[in-house]
Amino acid sequence: MNFHLKVWRQKDTNAPGTLEEYEAENIPAGASFLEMLDIVNADLTRKNIEPIQFDSDCREGICGTCSLTINGIPHGKGRGTTCQLYMRKFQDGETITIEPFRADAFPVQRDLVTNRSAFDRVIQAGGYISERTGSAPDANSVPISKVIADQAMDAAACIGCGACAAACPNGSAMLFVSAKVTHLGLLPQGKPEKNRRVLSMVRQMDEEGFGNCSNYYACEAVCPAGVPAAFIGRMNREFTAASMKEMVGMSV
Amino acid sequence: MITSHSASARTGPCPGWLWLNSSIGKKTAVAVTGIALVAFVIGHLLGNFTIFLGPDAINAYGAKLQSLGPLLWAIRLALLGILVAHIYFTMKLWQENKAARPQKYIASNPVGTTVFARTMRLSGLIVLAFVIFHLAHFTVRVVDPAFATMHTTLDGQEVHDVYKMVVTGFQNGPVVFIYIIGLFLLTFHLSHGLSSLFQTLGITNRRIRQNYEIAGRALAWALYVGYISIPVSIYFFGLGKGVLQ
Repeated sequence: MNFHLKVWRQKDTNAPGTLEEYEAENIPAGASFLEMLDIVNADLTRKNIEPIQFDSDCREGICGTCSLTINGIPHGKGRGTTCQLYMRKFQDGETITIEPFRADAFPVQRDLVTNRSAFDRVIQAGGYISERTGSAPDANSVPISKVIADQAMDAAACIGCGACAAACPNGSAMLFVSAKVTHLGLLPQGKPEKNRRVLSMVRQMDEEGFGNCSNYYACEAVCPAGVPAAFIGRMNREFTAASMKEMVGMSV
Repeated sequence: MITSHSASARTGPCPGWLWLNSSIGKKTAVAVTGIALVAFVIGHLLGNFTIFLGPDAINAYGAKLQSLGPLLWAIRLALLGILVAHIYFTMKLWQENKAARPQKYIASNPVGTTVFARTMRLSGLIVLAFVIFHLAHFTVRVVDPAFATMHTTLDGQEVHDVYKMVVTGFQNGPVVFIYIIGLFLLTFHLSHGLSSLFQTLGITNRRIRQNYEIAGRALAWALYVGYISIPVSIYFFGLGKGVLQ
């Protein structure tokens, strides 16, 4: 298969970037999007052109390292990460525009590589359980209802890739933060800290310069893990409840 | 350990202020003021429906509102305050959202969003312009100065002839057009506003969110049909023509 690529090239965070055009020739239909870029990069290297920089790690859809906004959609069309997007999903001869994830809190480092450590700082603000919760066999000694376990697992599916913030017209990270708040806050191990967790994480999210939610639900539409936007509603409720507890002087 | 804010709360910034300045606090403020404004829109429509009961009904309703005196002014000022807060918080959110996404995608794809949601600011500002026109038209009565001098007698008392004013007002084609468009944009605005406020307030879950969306849109369109029924009845179906002559 052959494709006409328009790729965002940018030397560093402060340099202005532009779309450059490249031809991707003789790409197998079974190649993943990242493998297609590998083939293009090998060709560029042969021609003595600086290869296109992009992020990738596990290439099996679980780590959340790969990014790329393909034709305006983070991770491209269809559910799943960029590494799980196959070239057979595109038309032969199609023009494909590849841009980095766009959000003020995700500065472009080079070409398609963005710095997503803002998410790490949000996690550091409260995306964990402070106390040791025991070893694996202890998990069975705390009964958790199926409904709660299922909901927590749906939230825990978040791989922290940043597609939600990249898809949001407001650059809001609410889906990511709400997934973490829901996942930990629902389970008995995370419950004791749920108030201070939601307060800390939302405040850190605001500080990082992520935007506000306008209930567009673009995040939900692109999330490779299928995290539902209803968790954002849940987080709104928990944040306001925790704030009210704080207002009346309760220790949270 | 996750840092607790409770200790610093008594010395540091006021927790209420922290909440109102957070992204979620501002969104909640927009939702709550929005609910108050929608409550007014519903009440206003119910009052307007008295026009279908004849001149005496709507004139008595108008006279009753005017007789409230200071209470009427308190309600007007409260509504103005709520409207200002609604716009203030929206603009503040908009400013932050613009800063959070300084660079747009070249190949833009509005995946998952609705046209109602994407045009909230535009529809809201057009509705604001429409509300100002509406106040100038029927409340301050500067669009047609003749409205101010229309009087009639009701139970032996001289009252403002609201019925004649409204019927005369909606004989004018361009004015009817402005109302139909202005109210259509209000419906656009409420289509997103009503269906998403439950999400903002957090009284939703995965299963019932869609029901809220359907109910919100349905209410928005029901309000549209209710509101335009008045200018449409007068302009196209000759409501009140006999009474005027």
